[in-house]
Amino acid sequence: MIGAAPAFVPVPRLGAGGEGSSKVEEEKKMNKINTMLAAFAVGLLSSTAAFAGEVRIMWYSDGVEGEVLQDLLGRFMKDNPGINVILDNVSYSVVREQLPVQLEAGAGPDIARVTNLKALSPHWLDLRPLVADAAYWDENFGGQADWMRPDGSNQISGFMTQITLAGGFANKTLFEQAGVAIPSKEATWDDWAKAAKQVAESQQVPFAMALDRSGHRLTGPNVSYGANYIGADGKPAPLDDGAKAFIGKFVGWVADGTMSKDVWVSAAGSTYRAGADDFINGQLAYYYSGSWQVPNFSTKIGSNFDWVATASPCGTVNCTGMPGGAGLVAIKYTKNPQEVAKVMDYLAREDVVKEFSERTLFLPAHKGLVAKGLEFKTDDAQAKAALNTFVAATAGLSDVAQKLPGWFWSDAYYGALVTRVSQAAAGELTLEEAFSRIDADVAAKVKDSGL
Amino acid sequence: MSRVAAFVFRRKGGKGWHWTDIVTWVWLVGGLFIMFGPAVWLVGSSLKTPAALAEFPPTILPYVTQKVSVEGFDKPFDLYEVTLDDGSKATLAEVRRIGIVSQMVDPKAPGEIIKVNIAQRTPVREMSFATENYTEPFTHFDFFRYLWNSVFVTVVATLITLVVNSMAAFALSKYEFRGRTAAMLVILATLMVPLSVIMVPLYSIVSALGLFNSLWGVILPTVATPTGVFILRQYMLTIPDELVDAARMDKASEWQIYWRIILPLTAPALAVLAIFSVVWRWNDFLWPLIVLSRKELYTLQVGLSIYSGELNVQWHFILAMTVVTMIPVVLVFIFLQRFITTGIAGTGLK
Amino acid sequence: MTIDGSGKTGPRVGEIAMAPVRFAMGLVDAPLRKLQKVAGLGGMATFFLLPNMLIFGIFVLLPFFINFAYSMTGGSALFLSDRSFVGVDQYARLFDCSNYLDPNSCAEDTFWTAVGNTGWFVVLQVTLMIAFSLVTALILNRDLKARSFWRAMFFFPVLLSPVVVGLIWKWILQRQGLLNFGLYGFGFDPYAWLNDRTWSFAAAVAVSIWAHMGFYTLILLAGLQAIPKDLYEAAEMDGTRSMRVFMRITLPLLMPNLLVVIVLVLIRAVQIFDEVYVLTGGGPGTSTLFLTQYIYETGFATQLRNPGLAAAASILMGVVLVVLTLVQLGLGRSSDKNGGRK
Repeated sequence: MIGAAPAFVPVPRLGAGGEGSSKVEEEKKMNKINTMLAAFAVGLLSSTAAFAGEVRIMWYSDGVEGEVLQDLLGRFMKDNPGINVILDNVSYSVVREQLPVQLEAGAGPDIARVTNLKALSPHWLDLRPLVADAAYWDENFGGQADWMRPDGSNQISGFMTQITLAGGFANKTLFEQAGVAIPSKEATWDDWAKAAKQVAESQQVPFAMALDRSGHRLTGPNVSYGANYIGADGKPAPLDDGAKAFIGKFVGWVADGTMSKDVWVSAAGSTYRAGADDFINGQLAYYYSGSWQVPNFSTKIGSNFDWVATASPCGTVNCTGMPGGAGLVAIKYTKNPQEVAKVMDYLAREDVVKEFSERTLFLPAHKGLVAKGLEFKTDDAQAKAALNTFVAATAGLSDVAQKLPGWFWSDAYYGALVTRVSQAAAGELTLEEAFSRIDADVAAKVKDSGL
Repeated sequence: MSRVAAFVFRRKGGKGWHWTDIVTWVWLVGGLFIMFGPAVWLVGSSLKTPAALAEFPPTILPYVTQKVSVEGFDKPFDLYEVTLDDGSKATLAEVRRIGIVSQMVDPKAPGEIIKVNIAQRTPVREMSFATENYTEPFTHFDFFRYLWNSVFVTVVATLITLVVNSMAAFALSKYEFRGRTAAMLVILATLMVPLSVIMVPLYSIVSALGLFNSLWGVILPTVATPTGVFILRQYMLTIPDELVDAARMDKASEWQIYWRIILPLTAPALAVLAIFSVVWRWNDFLWPLIVLSRKELYTLQVGLSIYSGELNVQWHFILAMTVVTMIPVVLVFIFLQRFITTGIAGTGLK
Repeated sequence: MTIDGSGKTGPRVGEIAMAPVRFAMGLVDAPLRKLQKVAGLGGMATFFLLPNMLIFGIFVLLPFFINFAYSMTGGSALFLSDRSFVGVDQYARLFDCSNYLDPNSCAEDTFWTAVGNTGWFVVLQVTLMIAFSLVTALILNRDLKARSFWRAMFFFPVLLSPVVVGLIWKWILQRQGLLNFGLYGFGFDPYAWLNDRTWSFAAAVAVSIWAHMGFYTLILLAGLQAIPKDLYEAAEMDGTRSMRVFMRITLPLLMPNLLVVIVLVLIRAVQIFDEVYVLTGGGPGTSTLFLTQYIYETGFATQLRNPGLAAAASILMGVVLVVLTLVQLGLGRSSDKNGGRK
C-alpha cells in the first residue's frame, strides 16, 4: 500500500546545502524584523517562521469535512511523530480572496483546499519528484490533473478532495401529490419547466424551479444547448447562440414566475447564492444545484418529504451537467516540501480517500476507488440513491463540460455571466444588453490581465 | 433641568394627554420592540436546529417534532396529530412514509398499521433547545485561544490608542506651532478613508513589515484613530491654559504636565474613547480576516467565520457563536453604561 | 463638568493599581526633561505628536498615497513593482460614458449605478438619521422615568458589529424571516422584502439608522442638556407656544452639535458598506450596490481583480469626501466663534 511507511525516522533533509543557506537568510531576515518590532513589543511578536517538520493546511468546510480531515491527520501524526500537521480552518472567502494575495507575496500555507485551481496554478508545487509513487497519482488522479497545473506541463499539483457534479433535485412528494409524473432522463429543460410549473400551481407552492446564483450552474444547461466559451486561441469567445438560447429561456422563466427570482436577485456582482432553503422547506418543486447538496438535504429534510436526484435535463445538443470540485494542492513556497509530499501521499492513499469520502458523502476523484465502489456512511436511503445517480451521471459529461474546469478563464466568464444575467433577471437590463455586457466584461478582464 | 423639559413638551397638568405625551409613549414602546426585538430573535434562533432555522413559518422559540418510542420498534418515531377519515382526531406515531401515504401506529396500541394521507397530519411539537450549537463549536473550535487573542488585541490596542492619541491631542491643544492646523486637517481627512478602500496597499505594507500572521498586524494599523484624537483634543481645549502655565512656573516638565495635570482632567473623555476602542477592536472583522490565517492567531470574529463554506453556510453555529461573542460587549455596556452615556455628553463632541 | 467627580469617593483600589503606572511615568520623566532642554517647547510638541503621526503615516497616509499610484497602473498584479504604468487610463475608463445620467451608457456601468445609489442613500439616510435622532433626543430630554434605561436602549445597537447587524436584519427581513411570520399571522402571504428594489433600499437606510442612531442621539442630548434653563423660563413667562420655543431657542442653540452630527452622518453614509453588504449583498439587481462595495469587489473580491480601477474609483470618492471636510471646517470655524462650552 502506498505510503504505508514504517515508523517515521527523522532522516537528514535532502538538498540540505541549498536549503540550509536559505534558512540562514530567512533567520537573518527574521532577526531584522524582530529587532525592528522590538520597539513596539518585546517578546510578544508571534513568529512567522516555519518550524521544521511543520505542515500547514488551509482548509474551508461546507459541512463535517474539516472534522473528518482532522481525524485522519491525527492518525497520520501518530505514525509520523516528526511531522506536525496544522489544520487552519478558514472561511471560503479567505481561500477565494485572501489566499491569492498571500500567494502573490510568496507566502501562504503549505497545502490548501482551493477551487480556482487553474488560475492560481503557477503557485502550486510540483509533487512529481517528491511523492513516493508518481505512477499511482497519474493512474488514479490523472483525470483531473490538468485542472490544477499550468498549461502544457505534466506537474502533479495535488488531487481533488471531492468531485462535484451539477444536477437537479425533484421534490418527489410534491410531484406525487400533484399527480404529475417525474420527467424521464431524456426530458428537456422545457419538459421540466412545464412539469414543475404544473406541480407548483396544483400544490400552491411559491416556486416551480430554482437554479443557484452561480455561473458554474448556468453553464451546464448552456453547454447542453451547444455553448462553448473557449475560443479557437484558447481565450474566451463571445457568447454563442447556444448560451444565448438557454439564458433567454432562463430569463423568460424568471419573468413568468416559473423560475424563482429570489435566488438570482438576492445580490449584486458575482456573489454565490444557493436556493437550497426553499427546497428544504418544500416550497420548491425542482431545484438545479449539485451533488454537494446531498449531505445537506439528508440532515435538513430528514423524513419531511421524499426527494430524488435527477441528472441534468437535456438541451438541444446533449444532457450534460458541469463537473467541478475542490482540490487539495501543495504550494511552491513551502519550506518543508518533503513533509508536504508525505502528507499528500497519505491523504491520497486509497483507504484514506475512501474513508474521507464515505464519511463526508463526497464523490471521490480516485479512479481505482470509483471503480471498486464506496459504502457511504449514511442510513438515509434517499441520500444514497442520490449519490449513486450522480456517480452514474459523470459518464454523460460532454467534452466542453470536462474542459471548462481546467480552463484559465472559466471564473472570469462565470463572474460576468452571473453579474449580468442577474441584472437581466431583475429587469435592469434587456437580454440583448446583458449579452453585450457579458462580452464586454470578459473582454475587459482579458485586456486588464495583460495576458 | 427636568422642569425645563417638562415645559418644552408639557403634559397639561396631568389632566389629559398632550400630543407630545402620546408621541413619547409610542416612540418608547415602539423603540422597545424595534431595538430589543432583533436581539431576542437572534438569541432564540441560535438555539434552533439547522432544520428549524430553514423552516417557514418560523417560530420565536425553538421547537422540534416530539419523538415517541413504540414497543416493538428500536427507533423512536415522530409524533403526529392526525385527522382520521371518520373525522375523529388521534395522536399517532409515524413508522414510515411512502410517497404521500404515511403508515402510522397508535403508540399505546402498536399492533395495527394505520394509513394516513400526509395532508391530514400535523406534527406534535415540543420546545427543545439545540444547545449543541453552543457546545459543539467548543469542542472542535479552540474557543479559549480565540478569546485570549481577542482580549489581547482589544486590550493592547486600546491602551496604545489611549496613550498615543492623548499625546497627540495634548500637542494639538496646548501648543502653538507651525503646521498645527495642517496636522489637525490631515487627521480629520483620514476620518474619511474607509479601510476597504486602502486595503490592498495596506496589505502590502503590513506584509512588507513582516506583520502578516501576527496579532500586531491587527493592532497597529488601527490604533491611531482620528476620532480618538478629535474627541480628546476637543475636551482638552476646555481645560484652562492657566493650569499649564502655572505648572510651568513650578518647573514641572512638559511630560509631567501631560500625565499629572492634563490626563487626569481628561479622564471622562478617555473613558469614552476607551469604551469605543474596546467595542471597535472587539468587533473588527474584515482586517483580522485578512491578516490572520493561522488558527492559533484567530480572534473570535475570525473564528466564527470558518463556518461559511463555499456551497453551504452553517448558520446554526454562526448564530450561536455570534451570541457568545456579543456577551462581553453587552457586559461591558451594562457595567459602564453610565460612563458611555454621560461621557459622550461630557466630551462635548463638537 | 465633572472634572473633580472622580475624586469624590477618595482613594480606591484603582489608585493602588495605578501605582506601577505612576512609577513608570516618573521613570520616563528624567530622560524627557533632558530632551526638553535640547528640543525646547516646540520640540516637545513634535515629541508628543510623533508616535501618533508615525503610526498614522505608515498605516493610513502611506496606503492612501500608494493607492494614488495604483490608480495610474494596470494589470491584476498586486504589488506595485509588478504593475505597468497606464497614466490616466483607469480614470478615463470610469468616465467613459455617452450620457452621464444613464449608467447603462457607460463603460463601467456598475460604477455609475453605485454612484447614483450612494447619492440617493446619502440624501435619504442623512435626513432621516437626523430626524430620528433629534426626535429621540428631545424625548429622552423629557422628564422620563428610568431615563437611563431608555437612553441605553437606543444606544445598544452601536455596540454591535456591522456584520452582526446585517445578519440579524437579514434573518428578520428575508422570505422566511420574522417580519413575514408576523404578517402571516394577519393572513398576508410571505413577501421577499429584500428582493424588492424599493424595499431593499428602504431596508438598507432603515438598518443603518437603527445601528447608528443611538450615538448621534447622545451627542444631541448632550447639546440639549447644555441649553441654559433661564432661556426657557423667560419664554415661559412670555407664554410662548412650545413649537415656537423649539424653533426659536432649542434649535439655534443646538446648532453646533447638530452640525457635528450632520457631518459625521454624512461621512459615514458615503462610506456605507458592511451592514448592507451582509444584508442585501447589493441586490436585487444592483439596486443597493454602493460605492465602497464596488471598490471592494473590483479591487479585491473578484477573480482577476483590477486594483488599478478600484484605486481610481476610491480616489474619486476621496475627492468628494475632501469637499465634505472643507465644508465641515468652514462650518466648524463659524461655530468656534461661539466659544467652547464651560
